[in-house]
Amino acid sequence: MADSPLDPRGGARMLAHFWMIMGVIVIVFPIYYVLIASTHTTQEILRPPLPLTPGSAGLDNYRAAFNGEIRQIGGVSVWVLLMNTTIMALGIAVGKIVISMMSAYAIVFFRFPLRVACFWLIFITLMLPVEVRIMPTYKVMVTLGLIDSYAGLIMPLIASATATLLFRQFFMTIPDELLEAARVDGAGPWRFFRDILWPLSLTNVAAIFVIQFIYGWTQYLWPLLVTNSNDMNTIVIALKKMISFADAQTPWNLVMVTSVLAIAPPILVVVLMQRWFVKGLVETEK
Amino acid sequence: MRRTVFPNKLLPWLLLAPQLAVTLIFFYWPALQAFRQSMLKEDAFGLSTKFVGLANFRKVLADPAYLNALKVTVVFSLAVALSAMAIALFLAVQVEKIRCGKGFYRTLMIWPYAVATAIAGMLWLFLFNPGFGTLAAPMRALGFNWNPLLKGDQAMGLVIAAATWKQISYNFLFFVAGLQAIPKSLIEAAAIDGASRRHAFWTIVFPLLAPTTFFLLVVNTVYALFDTFGIIHAVTGGGPGRATETLVYKVYNDGFVNLMMGESAAQSVILMVIVIALTAIQFRFIERRVHYG
Repeated sequence: MADSPLDPRGGARMLAHFWMIMGVIVIVFPIYYVLIASTHTTQEILRPPLPLTPGSAGLDNYRAAFNGEIRQIGGVSVWVLLMNTTIMALGIAVGKIVISMMSAYAIVFFRFPLRVACFWLIFITLMLPVEVRIMPTYKVMVTLGLIDSYAGLIMPLIASATATLLFRQFFMTIPDELLEAARVDGAGPWRFFRDILWPLSLTNVAAIFVIQFIYGWTQYLWPLLVTNSNDMNTIVIALKKMISFADAQTPWNLVMVTSVLAIAPPILVVVLMQRWFVKGLVETEK
Repeated sequence: MRRTVFPNKLLPWLLLAPQLAVTLIFFYWPALQAFRQSMLKEDAFGLSTKFVGLANFRKVLADPAYLNALKVTVVFSLAVALSAMAIALFLAVQVEKIRCGKGFYRTLMIWPYAVATAIAGMLWLFLFNPGFGTLAAPMRALGFNWNPLLKGDQAMGLVIAAATWKQISYNFLFFVAGLQAIPKSLIEAAAIDGASRRHAFWTIVFPLLAPTTFFLLVVNTVYALFDTFGIIHAVTGGGPGRATETLVYKVYNDGFVNLMMGESAAQSVILMVIVIALTAIQFRFIERRVHYG
């Protein structure tokens, strides 16, 4: 069976490796490039082609960036940028998990009037991404006084039909017998949730956490709209500002350091939590 | 249908309250405002508004710039969705042939998923910047007149490449999962019948992947339509000329930069109709495979 499609011959497998290596190079190269660029001086970056090996200015660049030199090009220190982005990403991830678990719990484990209507009310929001209601949502934010606040960055992105649908789907696979047994033992809604449902949900929670953390970290349009002051910038927005106002004086080495700091945390989260993330992504979204 | 439930009557409402509140305030209220605004006309100073019916829609749809944005969006979305899916499928098929090193390749393949779309655009701009781009220099050395900041079609190529690059990871994971779900016995049977690998792929594997492919087609289209705003905004700003101005970019630009509220709102409403149509297609598809009760 050496020639079976399930077990390609050596030559075919070598060819497959070749294509994968080509693919991985294209995929990784842009990220590798900024990583390398962040270890060179501005003069070296501006004189292409850049060497493909780390330069000697790495330590200096990162030390300068963390010691406040980003403030000159980004308006605020890199610590503030990282803190803002972390607060936004964590706020969205945790917030989504909490409110969508609550509503999915209500829809699956209770019977009340308008239950189906509530489900649809939530489900339909799948069709209203923030991009299609930019202006009016912005006006709502102005009315509520949420411009330049963490609440403004987090709240409108926290209601997600996807997470609710996912938890609902998962809760529906919990056997009736489990709930019956719990109720016979006198468990109320809270005890049942804490002792039975939550431990069973942990894998799903981990998967949603990764997906939503990435979603929050990589937001662009929304933070662009609701933040005016530099103090509230996320790192992605700050980077965009650095690039649009680039001129002869722009310290490109620090821009590259900022790029690395903007992409490293979410990449680490995805790679370290790969097992849950891949399973969650593929199983939940189809 | 669940037989056993908790008897509480008030508790479910309390549990639903946060999600319903956020949904009503940040989804339904703005959506209604968009409809209302799309039928109003504001004077230049925002002091008075009057009802103009569908005039904004007529104006938008007759505007050559809007038709241009529509064309740009169609070209951009098709190019991104098709190339991101084709490359991902190709690589997924390759990785399935491999015995050792699968995990290694996958770990590297998923990196772009974690990169913000706007940053994906910037990374490609760094590489292909006509000034200091490491990959732009050899292109020029070969006599190719490369300058995406001035040439529309080159700018389009650059944003398509960046948007595709970012989306390959996601598609790759789904195609790998889809391929693994195909019963190996079918492929073995084809091999015993003497089918070539290529033939077996197109007649057995590809048709069986259809659900995954279709799902990804919808997801990729939505991604190309909306999520790529960051790439366009960060890399080209819709230019040069209007060569990369997509529908979403135009909504933003007309609303926030040019302050044409009524027209921006009318464009939002048109976009909503497009998304609702896409979601309806997707839901019909999901419905066949998942229970809702």
